[in-house]
Amino acid sequence: MPDSSELTKLIFGRLTWEAIPLHEPILLVTFAAVLLGGLAVVAGLTYFRLWGPLWRDWITSIDHKKIGIMYIILGLVMLLRGFADALMMRTQQAIAFGDNAGFLPPHHYDQIFTAHGVIMIFFVAMPLVTGLMNFVVPMQIGARDVAFPFLNNFSFWMTAFGAVLVMASLFVGEFARTGWLAYPPLSGIAFSPDVGVDYYIWSLQVAGVGTTLSGINLLATIVKMRAPGMTFMKMPIFTWTSLCTNVLIIVSFPVLTAVLALLSLDRYVGTNFFTNDLGGNAMMYVNLIWIWGHPEVYILVLPAFGVFSEVVSTFSGKRLFGYASMVYATVVITILSYLVWLHHFFTMGSGASVNSFFGITTMIISIPTGAKIFNWLFTMYKGRIRYEVPMLWAIGFMFTFTIGGMTGVLLAVPPADFVLHNSLFLIAHFHNVIIGGVVFGMFAGITYWFPKAFGYKLDAFWGKCSFWFWLVGFWLAFAPVYVLGFMGVTRRLSHFEDPSLQIWFQIAAVGAFLILCGIICMGITLVVSFMRRESLRDHTGDPWDGRTLEWSTSSPPPAYNFAFTPQIHDNDAWADMKARQYQRPDKGFMPIHMPKNTWAGFVISALAGGFGFCMIWQMWLLGGVAFALLVLTAIIHTFNYKRDYYIPADDVVRIESDRTRLMAAHV
Amino acid sequence: MSDTAVMSTSTTASVDAPDNLRFYVPGDHHVENGTLLGFWFYLMSDCLIFACLFAIYGVLGRSYAAGPSGADLFDLKLVAINTSLLLFSSITYGFAMLEMQKRKTGRTLLWLAITGLLGLGFLGLELYEFAHLIHEGAVPQRSAFLSAFFVLVGTHGLHVFFGCIWLVVLMVQVGRTGLIAENRRRLMCLSMFWHFLDVVWIGVFTFVYLMGVLK
Amino acid sequence: MSATTSATAPLDNKAPRGIHAQPDDVDHSHGHGHGHGHDHLDDDHEGASHSTLKGYVTGFILAVILTAIPFWLVMGNVLDNPRTTAIVILGFAAVQIVVHMIYFLHMNTRSESGWSLLALIFTLVLVVITLAGSLWVMYHLNTNMMPGMMDHGMHTPAS
Repeated sequence: MPDSSELTKLIFGRLTWEAIPLHEPILLVTFAAVLLGGLAVVAGLTYFRLWGPLWRDWITSIDHKKIGIMYIILGLVMLLRGFADALMMRTQQAIAFGDNAGFLPPHHYDQIFTAHGVIMIFFVAMPLVTGLMNFVVPMQIGARDVAFPFLNNFSFWMTAFGAVLVMASLFVGEFARTGWLAYPPLSGIAFSPDVGVDYYIWSLQVAGVGTTLSGINLLATIVKMRAPGMTFMKMPIFTWTSLCTNVLIIVSFPVLTAVLALLSLDRYVGTNFFTNDLGGNAMMYVNLIWIWGHPEVYILVLPAFGVFSEVVSTFSGKRLFGYASMVYATVVITILSYLVWLHHFFTMGSGASVNSFFGITTMIISIPTGAKIFNWLFTMYKGRIRYEVPMLWAIGFMFTFTIGGMTGVLLAVPPADFVLHNSLFLIAHFHNVIIGGVVFGMFAGITYWFPKAFGYKLDAFWGKCSFWFWLVGFWLAFAPVYVLGFMGVTRRLSHFEDPSLQIWFQIAAVGAFLILCGIICMGITLVVSFMRRESLRDHTGDPWDGRTLEWSTSSPPPAYNFAFTPQIHDNDAWADMKARQYQRPDKGFMPIHMPKNTWAGFVISALAGGFGFCMIWQMWLLGGVAFALLVLTAIIHTFNYKRDYYIPADDVVRIESDRTRLMAAHV
Repeated sequence: MSDTAVMSTSTTASVDAPDNLRFYVPGDHHVENGTLLGFWFYLMSDCLIFACLFAIYGVLGRSYAAGPSGADLFDLKLVAINTSLLLFSSITYGFAMLEMQKRKTGRTLLWLAITGLLGLGFLGLELYEFAHLIHEGAVPQRSAFLSAFFVLVGTHGLHVFFGCIWLVVLMVQVGRTGLIAENRRRLMCLSMFWHFLDVVWIGVFTFVYLMGVLK
Repeated sequence: MSATTSATAPLDNKAPRGIHAQPDDVDHSHGHGHGHGHDHLDDDHEGASHSTLKGYVTGFILAVILTAIPFWLVMGNVLDNPRTTAIVILGFAAVQIVVHMIYFLHMNTRSESGWSLLALIFTLVLVVITLAGSLWVMYHLNTNMMPGMMDHGMHTPAS
């Protein structure tokens, strides 16, 4: 009947039962696994009566430490999904030669490589980076939280609901088949009429809002909330790299927001920004998206550089060599990162003068990075090096990332790039720097700060196993890819005719499975460490003989971090305090002013996620309702003026005394 | 409770030590409020969104696809009126801030109301202009120029729209709780937002309307 | 997005006022140097951004003039050369933006210890790079790549 189907269309847009991929066995198995896993989690939470604590202590928490931990959990969970995609691709490419079509038809394969890229960049790397910065920076500067704790909670949930949207594309509808940057015209409505690109757009828009606000938050924190005496040139290096990273986030993510909005207007409304006709220009999309895209990769890698600076100096037992030059190098990289974007599309045809300009700037930007490597090496020189797991990741990084950087300089030469653009050489290069730089950095940081977060170290044996599997696995997986790239193999192919290529793909697949072993070892590390946590317990708060302020707190720190705000005199403030026989104060504690938890961040983000889902499926009515509710909820939240409370002095006394006793008992 | 007072004799060397040996701040440390700076950073990010839209307009703004151009469509008299409305709303907001500094709640609300009305007037005229263009067939789908025009001007208008909603909410909050510090801070944020929108409009009327009519 | 209080800013009436230790070193984060007993949430905290009637009226009048002239130039077809007109009105726009920044947004080197101005200048540099860079790149791309305009760019490529 016309009326009811019109009503159905009004409410459900283009969402129908066909959207559920009942005919895809891989997806059905995945869905079953997710369902079972989800039910197990729900059952566990119910049985152990953890719903209340989950809501009170985690979901509504504005504590930067908890939010940082949640970001990292999100990143690691999504790593499993992204890596599953990688395994499927590696397997397909190892077997799909000649008559063998493999097990992934192009329609499916294209979604997998797109999802792999989107998830790894936006929902693994970004949350890991943001989580580490959130957890560490306030403590490193002697603050009790970030500048805007409520906004922090909201930012996390926006990222999380962006991830939910991406995961939803597995089970309802499908994902984009355009590659992780979704160039038009392929991503336009004419060539991608289905919901895939819309999932891409809306999950990134929702997550992007969270990221931009997080950038504003952390920058304001670093500028305004440093402890007395901590001038900019006395900040820890990780805080410096976080400052530059968040500056980049604030100025680059709006470009992504704008470009994706324009693409969605082209798709929904029929505008002509990136179409082939009526004046549109698809090349402008490529131009703008890379104006975002290049700063983005520096957003990912600068915090990793910061982690390595902290790790190398701590485990060499020395102050970082060349602190000032490290700062200048970071700032120069930040500014230059905005002047190189065209090297991602040398071949699009701007001509020699434009290409030369950007080729030169790209080569220049490698110089400060090289300076950093030398500084780390000089820090290690004549140091008393302890080969703890974070230090292993650092050394692995220095070797791996340097080579990846060099292939980048090679690609920066436009004539070379004309041969290598979009070949597997490019794929090998960016995996080299992202895995060698960002991923190794995140693992180093997680291992390094894990005791601070949870009160016990991670098991060293399984950590080392994980490291070696990752290092060997990475090289085995990607060295062949460099070779294939030189031989002229194009990226994003799911099937090949030339059998001489197959051996390289097979070696690469073995490498991928070694990395899988590395990931499994990480899981084992977490479980074993938890089981052995008493023997791995950190009683002093300073398990590594650290140099920066976070190590002056207990492990885990109290909600307020510092009972008294630290007074800073020198770089490596905690090392300075230890050298001068600092005594922990045990008297004079005052009530501490703290922000209250909030439900608003979670609720508004859930509404944003719902709005995104409605937009994807063109459920205009529900989408409008969701948006109105979102705005209304935000407005209601602003009517709440009572957002803080005081921790009574007695509680502070008790917490600090407990710590004094604990430290005294374990001298 | 003796623990809450600063003791003169203590086991810690740090409390009595001269400043250069003390490693913590005894007592309560006041951290400066970061809201205004943080909001300024947000405005910088908004600047980049508009930069993107201006770049799109710059690149696609002459792609008429054999359709109407700016010279054909723009009514500069209307634009002049709109510009005046927005400029006047900037100064009326300024007057509201002056009254806020003097803690005159009633007059603050009055000037805010006038600002809001001017803002709504701006939006009304803009909607009228858009409706007129669409009626003439100059729809966003007609050409890249028109797509860029509608999105750039429309995004600015959307910002003004949300600014007006924010203004009304703030007026209610000031009416209910008065010019407390929190509300004053919010009014200062909205002030920055409102003036920033006028700055963007300078770019719009120059780059889009005036230059669009030239040639 | 709502404005929030920072984690350690005390509430107006209830904050225990302890000893407020003055920092020893020169510290950029406390560039205001105002001590305790001061209502932190006061808009005087903005110090230099104190608004005056004179400031607003001056800015307003300047803005009116700087708006009226460009409109007059274009609507009255005053200058013959459209390119000259374009450059002139862009110049007026730039000046008016500066007027707005100073008189309405109270932009100065002291605001937020110089961070407001630094952020603005950095953003403006990037805006210029985005605009100029995009126009430069796209002009070259269009000249070389758009079909039918210059014989596929083969005869007269933009180098």
